[in-house]
Amino acid sequence: MRKLFIPNDTSAVAMGSNLVANRFEELIKNKSLDIQIIRNGSRGMFWLEPLVEFESDFKRFGFQSVDLSEVESILEFICDDSFDAALNKHPKFLGETESIEYFKKQQRLSFFRSGLGDPLCIDHYSSLEGFTGLKKALEMQPQQIVDEVKNSGLRGRGGAAFPTGIKWQTVLDTAHSKKYIVCNADEGDSGTFADRLLMESDPYQLIEGMIIAGLAVNANQGYIYLRSEYPFAHATLNTAISRCYAEGILGQNVLGKKICFELEVRLGAGAYICGEETSLLESLEGKRGLVRSKPPLPAIEGLFGCPTVVNNVLTLGAISTILCKGSDYYKNYGTGRSRGTLPVQLSGNIKRGGLIEIPFGISLREIVEDFGGGTFSGNPVKAIQVGGPLGAFVDRDKWDTPMDYEAFSAINSMIGHGGIVVFDDQINMFDQARFAMEFCAIESCGKCTPCRIGSTRGLEVLDKISSKKDVEDNLILLEELCDTMEHSSLCAMGGMTPFPVKSAVELYKEDFT
Amino acid sequence: MIEFYTPQKDLGTPESAEHEMVSLYIDGKSVEVKKGTSVMRAAAENGVKIPKLCATDSLESFGSCRMCLVEIEGKRGYPASCTTPVEAGMKVFTQTNKLESLRKNVMELYISDHPLDCLTCPTNGDCELQDTAGEVGLRSVRYGFEGENHLVADKDESNPYFTFDPSKCIVCSRCVRACEETQGTFALTIDGRGFDSKVSFGDADSFMESDCVSCGACVAACPTATLTENSIIDKGKPEHSVITTCAYCGVGCSFQAEMKGNEVIRMTPNKNGQANEGHACVKGRFAFGYATHKDRIINPMIRESIDLPWKQVSWEEATSFAASKLKLIQKNHGVGSIGAISSSRCTNEEVYLVQKMVRMGFGNNNIDTCARVCHSPTGFGLKTTLGESAGTQTFESVSKADVIIVMGANPTEAHPVFGSRLKRRLRQGAKLIVIDPRKIELVNAPHIKAEHHLPVRPGTNVTVLNSMAHVILTENLHSEDYILERCDQNEFNEWVSFISESRHSPEETESQSGVPADELRSAARLYANGGNGAIFYGLGVTEHSQGSTAVMAIANLAMLTGNLGREGVGVNPLRGQNNVQGSCDMGSFPHELPGYRHISIDESREIFETEWGVNLDSEPGLRIPNMFDSAIEGQFKGLYCQGEDIAQSDPNTQHVEMALKSLDCLIVQDIFLNETAKFAHVFLPGASFLEKDGTFTNAERRISRVRQAIPPLSGKADWEATLALANELGCDMSYDHPSEIMDEISRLTPTFNGVSYEKLDELGSIQWPCNETVPEGTPIMHVDTFVKGKGSFALTEYIASEEKANRRFPLLLTTGRILSQYNVGAQTRRTKNVSWHEEDTLEIHPHDAEDRGIRHGDWVGIKSRVGETVLHAKITSKVKPGVVYTTFHHPVSGANVITTDNSDWATNCPEYKVTAVQVSKVSAPSNWQIQQKKFDAKQKDFLSEAKV
Repeated sequence: MRKLFIPNDTSAVAMGSNLVANRFEELIKNKSLDIQIIRNGSRGMFWLEPLVEFESDFKRFGFQSVDLSEVESILEFICDDSFDAALNKHPKFLGETESIEYFKKQQRLSFFRSGLGDPLCIDHYSSLEGFTGLKKALEMQPQQIVDEVKNSGLRGRGGAAFPTGIKWQTVLDTAHSKKYIVCNADEGDSGTFADRLLMESDPYQLIEGMIIAGLAVNANQGYIYLRSEYPFAHATLNTAISRCYAEGILGQNVLGKKICFELEVRLGAGAYICGEETSLLESLEGKRGLVRSKPPLPAIEGLFGCPTVVNNVLTLGAISTILCKGSDYYKNYGTGRSRGTLPVQLSGNIKRGGLIEIPFGISLREIVEDFGGGTFSGNPVKAIQVGGPLGAFVDRDKWDTPMDYEAFSAINSMIGHGGIVVFDDQINMFDQARFAMEFCAIESCGKCTPCRIGSTRGLEVLDKISSKKDVEDNLILLEELCDTMEHSSLCAMGGMTPFPVKSAVELYKEDFT
Repeated sequence: MIEFYTPQKDLGTPESAEHEMVSLYIDGKSVEVKKGTSVMRAAAENGVKIPKLCATDSLESFGSCRMCLVEIEGKRGYPASCTTPVEAGMKVFTQTNKLESLRKNVMELYISDHPLDCLTCPTNGDCELQDTAGEVGLRSVRYGFEGENHLVADKDESNPYFTFDPSKCIVCSRCVRACEETQGTFALTIDGRGFDSKVSFGDADSFMESDCVSCGACVAACPTATLTENSIIDKGKPEHSVITTCAYCGVGCSFQAEMKGNEVIRMTPNKNGQANEGHACVKGRFAFGYATHKDRIINPMIRESIDLPWKQVSWEEATSFAASKLKLIQKNHGVGSIGAISSSRCTNEEVYLVQKMVRMGFGNNNIDTCARVCHSPTGFGLKTTLGESAGTQTFESVSKADVIIVMGANPTEAHPVFGSRLKRRLRQGAKLIVIDPRKIELVNAPHIKAEHHLPVRPGTNVTVLNSMAHVILTENLHSEDYILERCDQNEFNEWVSFISESRHSPEETESQSGVPADELRSAARLYANGGNGAIFYGLGVTEHSQGSTAVMAIANLAMLTGNLGREGVGVNPLRGQNNVQGSCDMGSFPHELPGYRHISIDESREIFETEWGVNLDSEPGLRIPNMFDSAIEGQFKGLYCQGEDIAQSDPNTQHVEMALKSLDCLIVQDIFLNETAKFAHVFLPGASFLEKDGTFTNAERRISRVRQAIPPLSGKADWEATLALANELGCDMSYDHPSEIMDEISRLTPTFNGVSYEKLDELGSIQWPCNETVPEGTPIMHVDTFVKGKGSFALTEYIASEEKANRRFPLLLTTGRILSQYNVGAQTRRTKNVSWHEEDTLEIHPHDAEDRGIRHGDWVGIKSRVGETVLHAKITSKVKPGVVYTTFHHPVSGANVITTDNSDWATNCPEYKVTAVQVSKVSAPSNWQIQQKKFDAKQKDFLSEAKV
């Protein structure tokens, strides 16, 4: 039997993969063909979606951007016994998927299973090293697991880049009868989708990582705090979790051991700020999503006042790799204090948007030009924003900066969750600065004054500038306001909103006068 | 303690509970503070002021205003000093150029959304926003005022005591946090996010429609004019203040009476008050207007008969008239024909003086106190078992309790400030067991849920307590070592054989008490196993035929589980009135001299005889009910009743009225013409707590100063009136100030030996015993041994009340209080608290109402074996089927027209809590109510004629 792979993740579906899949199914049925359709996850090359693949000689061959009208011809193509990839006679034929430069140049550790098969098939997951890390962890002492994570050099992939092992150590060392593992899956940064891709294309990896985290710090309850805008991920996670319970991977006896780990998904209510770990915890407790002051750290007093590991999806995802292949293996990738791989998410006005998992150290320019292929419009790149809506626009002189937490910090920028948004020369950077302020005004939790009032006043000042009212004075006021927000806000929301605003003003002054 | 008015000092964040000290540098100066202290508090404690708006030391730090930023060497950025704990060696800088500009810029943002009407603002001169804007040197708002703002938001004036003006709100959440943390009501929240964040009342549209209980914590916490007392809006800022003690319930909150000349502008809970720690309730905080109500009578009055109008006279004429009447009665009817009733609302000094006058001037022991009708079983029960007639703990001790039993008490209504403390502990995770016929608020309140509610049938408390003891003993959950060390073994062994009998098992008592056996067993196990167990009880325990038995059964439970003698445990009576404890301590019982010394003991008597220079009668005198009976029989003819409204508050009103009408001379001393005064021949105008000096002793044995804030309206404080009467009677007494009375008390009473006004001023308050051994008082009693030596297990046989439900009277009526009203309502009915409770209603379960065709709001007649009254029905499942409930705050309700003469076997405390009644739909008031209305009108006429 031949196998046909049609992705079922949000991006592919948005590009019509469900319609395509239905058409394939219909034709296969009508023609009584011996072809099995597998709804796989995405490989993250979103500009190629729907990317339909078929397997031949244990190799996968792809057709890009498949249209309904092409379904029949593709079926004919793959049913042709004289198929020869080298002949490449179908207009949408890509050849061997994994030979595509964009894919080949990546180092896929966390996403190596993504798109290979049915994300919800436990056997498929297990056949690709799934649960190996968990099995190893079950034979280890908590401290040994924490040591492995420390040695891996893994840092929080949510944006703050705090060393994961140290966070776990704090939770392990804090004596308490109840501890929690909380996965931050409130992926709210514009231009980011790595968490979603992982949850939709390889959900067991996250579950495995969370169980290992539970073993490491003696926690037996986990929550995935998922943004409500991810209904597919929600359904996928819920099915994956219930299958894990059915298989004895979750529950009272993890893999037959006297170890308990319970896990459930909780949906957010649409607030960006709930991606900030302390307001996430408030929301998870059923309260209004309001940022908490630190200290106390969540690792000491987190969910319901108990020691809590709060980690991003990608961080917890990386855990299974670290345990499976060893911390040295993981540490071997990367540069400086940024170890392992970084799933970069490339979007905006870009020719080849998608997910690129690469070791730290590659330059921003390589990502945008080599992977991304420049702008979608073909016009010159004018601006690049790295690190989500609170990230700075990177000065064109700095595009050769390697993707490395410290290197980015040195240029007053940040990698954050790895989102890169590209703009061409048609963009007005005043609008972008205004958007950043407006985003803050809309999404501020309202607790601290600089963010609560400052963002609204910031918008008003920007509007005065755009209407040419006391431009010089208002630019000074804007700068002071940015400084005040940056240095006196309670959390990164108000504290970093000035980054895109200030960098836009500094780098693209012409758009402001 | 009269001071110029300044807002109470605010150190920004609460005190740390740690003991270890940490040294750090603040602006170069080396300071030492407790570990866990915030940088802000460390600075404030050492005289360094850091600007702040959202922080206040009554609330956990929040970190929202960002005014308190500091720089700390080696730390990134500008941490908020309120949320940053001190670390050893830390170098903090509170004033730098950068901080100056950040603070000024944040303040500029605040003011860009704030009205610029400081000069006409109610809190002008008493506003933290105004002060802080001044401190940071804000001079202009560059954003202008045409941007988005809240300046036109509407005021909410629904609460009678304070106004909410959201246009002045800075969204610091202090009100919301105070409602949660301090009060525990969760009525307020912040709605919306970002710039749209605003204070809201949950689902309600206004304060009055919300769950707000008007405790005033939010108003006290507000740093701006957003929440302001209406009295401040009307009259402006006070100019001086006097620290005094609330005269409502037995919590005994300390207040700052904030004054303008002789007018009280506002009562603010005193942050240093040890009973209340800065919290208050709607009564103490706001309901003080009665003190200057037009109904106050300020001139002495006399009349020959209660059918004659009053005549206003001078103090001299009134006291001389009264004294000659009393003397004449004694001449005609004997020494024992007169007596007095002292009041738990008056000061210790006043109560002491009344009993002294009776013993010295009347020459008998016919002195009783209104505590007779509330907590006399506590005195008896605790003295018998533990050796001292008082609660064992401080209120603060509840913060260390793990399992809390609340029995026959409703703290959130009747002892609200303690109720808030209790709720705080429950929110922290302590477990709660409620034993009460009604589903009181604590059974299920925001973030609080009782582990067990045992809905005991009225009158069967003892069976429940015995069953709990039975379970603990037979399941071997008791503290053997503790009992062996601390308790009398013979008594214990005797008790063991009594309580082990299977008739005490919960399965056996279930049919009597209505408490499911398995629920009772789990509750008993929880109390025995759950760590520190504390019991709080109220009149729902004492006011029964078996009140004293129940108190002893409670003490048994505590001894059985070793829950006495340390923090977090104990047996704690919640006293109804402000000075119940004190009035009992002061010897105003017919059988006891001050300090609970029996009158028949020669040595005790001799101490007083020597001091007073008279011979004392060794025979105990009449208790209140005996006085009534004796009056009706014609032997008791003269009564001096101070500050107590026996005609409304004592049971079986018909009987009380008959007794009062039988008297030849009734002298009533009160601030209003109360129900009793309508039967009086002499009226001596009383002084409110604001008008006198003295002390009150609260439920924790805490003696606190009452300080005169305004001169007595009648010219005499109550102690001066008693003194004048005593002197007219020929007693040789002379005091220039109540402190001299206290000096006499402490001279004569071992447990008060160390108490003086000087020491009270110094320490704030003192919990007795206070003497040479414990010069600063005794927060926790019975620490190493019981006061009586070995603790006594009492045999607590349950003997059912004569008052039983039957076919004619199938329902059991029980009574209680509500938050906004106090006792007979004489004070609170004369305040805006009537906004919450205009009338007493009858709570009845939907099933019982359905059976009788009663609908919500119908007039219903409530008929008992002794009388009948009519109230509106309120249908609610807070009461269980078979039980009805009412309050007794309004005279016209006649709650005591139906209560009976049954009383506690040991102390005669009336059985208010159990009356068998029938309830039926009616269309007219009861006969008693019609008569009462007529009588009341006639007496009011007599009063107005006197005024002319």
